[in-house]
Amino acid sequence: MPTVFEAPEINWAAIAPMLVVMAGGLIGIVVEAFVPRRRRHSVQVALSVVALVLAFVALVTLTVDNRVKTLGGSVVMDGMSVFLQGSLIVFGLLGVLTMAEKFGGDRPDAFTPMGAAIPGSAYEAAADRAGLATSEVFPLALFSLSGMMMFVAAGDLITMFVALEVLSLPLYVLVGLARRRRLLSQEASLKYFLLGAFASAFFLFGSALLYGYAATTDLDGIAAAITETRPGLEPLLVPAILLVLVGLLFKVGAVPFHSWTPDAYQGAPTPVTGFMAAATKLAAFGAILRFVYVGVEGTRWSWEVGLAVIAALTMVVGAVLSVTQTDIKRLLAYSSIAHAGFILVGVLAFSTLGLRGVMFYLLAYGLMTIAAFAIVSMVRQGGTEATQLSQWAGLGQRHPILAATFGFLLLAFAGIPLTSGFTAKFAAFAPAIESGTLGVVLVVIGVLASAVTAFVYVRIIVLMYFSDATSEDVVAAEASPLTTAAVAVGAVATVVLGIVPGPVLELAAQASELIR
Amino acid sequence: MTNPYTPMLILVALGAGFVIFSVGLAQIVGPKRYNRAKAEAYECGIQPSPQAAEGGRFPIKYYLTAMLFIIFDIEAVFLYPYAVAFDQLGLFTLLAMFLFLLNAFFIADAYVWKRGGFEWD
Repeated sequence: MPTVFEAPEINWAAIAPMLVVMAGGLIGIVVEAFVPRRRRHSVQVALSVVALVLAFVALVTLTVDNRVKTLGGSVVMDGMSVFLQGSLIVFGLLGVLTMAEKFGGDRPDAFTPMGAAIPGSAYEAAADRAGLATSEVFPLALFSLSGMMMFVAAGDLITMFVALEVLSLPLYVLVGLARRRRLLSQEASLKYFLLGAFASAFFLFGSALLYGYAATTDLDGIAAAITETRPGLEPLLVPAILLVLVGLLFKVGAVPFHSWTPDAYQGAPTPVTGFMAAATKLAAFGAILRFVYVGVEGTRWSWEVGLAVIAALTMVVGAVLSVTQTDIKRLLAYSSIAHAGFILVGVLAFSTLGLRGVMFYLLAYGLMTIAAFAIVSMVRQGGTEATQLSQWAGLGQRHPILAATFGFLLLAFAGIPLTSGFTAKFAAFAPAIESGTLGVVLVVIGVLASAVTAFVYVRIIVLMYFSDATSEDVVAAEASPLTTAAVAVGAVATVVLGIVPGPVLELAAQASELIR
Repeated sequence: MTNPYTPMLILVALGAGFVIFSVGLAQIVGPKRYNRAKAEAYECGIQPSPQAAEGGRFPIKYYLTAMLFIIFDIEAVFLYPYAVAFDQLGLFTLLAMFLFLLNAFFIADAYVWKRGGFEWD
């Protein structure tokens, strides 16, 4: 006699934002198939924006009042999920706006219709004639975003893994679609894919061992099993936790799992780089927070030193290697590695305040990153992006506003007071100091690493303002109002979160609750 | 028949018996007329040798076909367990299955169709 199937309780209001984003992606595919090519781009952009705005409305009207565990415990919509999903939707909106940029051409500037073709080849022309367009990037971005939203809310390891793949697979494709410097883009995509598959395997190995230990993949069940202890199975526990953490730390780009970051960031179309630097990092840290705080905190003493070593290495390696970079995208990639280390310090505080600090940091860092990469995509020489640092010399004299905005964002990366970077570092480091000796050591390393990165950023500012231009034809392309708006939102948010961080910090504090 | 594994053993024996019987019978009674095509390896209609100039590249079309197959494959993976238990599952799961088919099957196929994925040349 088979057991009767019982459908799990579903709280539709709680999962509505994710459903809206997924539906937006699906409708985007239908649009891609049936809407005439000339109108596809504008329809896709409008559809993505509408879907994201609707998702945000659903989040603030429905989900905030329905903070529950739903779908049989596999989706947990608590304060952290709501805050991080809201941030993700904002990143998605800004990302879509920058991806839509055409720079006066007749198609999105950053993307190719056929990633496998050689630029300017007959094959690419044929793909063009066949009606392939570049508007597929919008559904892909929406699918990726829906995976990220699920990732931060995943209450068991299987949902977490599915979300990890849903967020990763569209990103691998997006990374390979750069219109210029195609080989670099293909290389980036392949490296990201191979290493990502490798990391997924680590995650699955760890999940399998954890299942062996706890007989459940549910994070609460794992926490309960750790409290009760399972005699004879202890040897499984620590390797399992470390393996799962490897899979998650890969996605945030923590040392020693960072080697894909510079290549993928450099090769990807610049708007995609901005989107993935902001959103993937936030999503992966959301998953780390939930796994570490809800799932395995009970056996913290056995792995926290390992995580602390990784945090210290990440800060030091990211900061030191950013000094030697000559390509602006690689430089920002190493800077993002260093930032991953700073955020990990906040994670290791193991307190509600730490949770608040990490969430605030992720939001602030994402906003400045998307704006910074949007500016990188505007600076051009001869129609292609001028990513070599030497090309940026003297930019401040010709494009004062652009250079000033970029310089300000760099100061925010460095964590100078009156920028959101300072508030964020303070919010993440202060709880770490209170948590004990380990936290103090990490914060000292963090402050030293910040000083190193500050040197790098100030050097770029000096280059932009006090060096003579090596060539006169490096210009800032005339951006559409959409991209300008994205940069403006990022820059204004960086100012506001630096000067009056109170309301958002308060919001993050209210959201610092995890449903166990 | 107390052992639950006995039926499985019988099934294995039946399968092995069928193979031995049919291959053996074909050896004994089958006509043996050779031609060249029969001696060649079967590679989906492609000549396996001599290889193409650049070390045996396959047209990318085959990969597209393989990926189209995955759409149907995944659909079947979910349809089968549903079909086994659908009488206990109720209206909600029926609607969920409709939605799944719409998403995974119709939207994907509509996209492939309009983009010319079903055309070989």
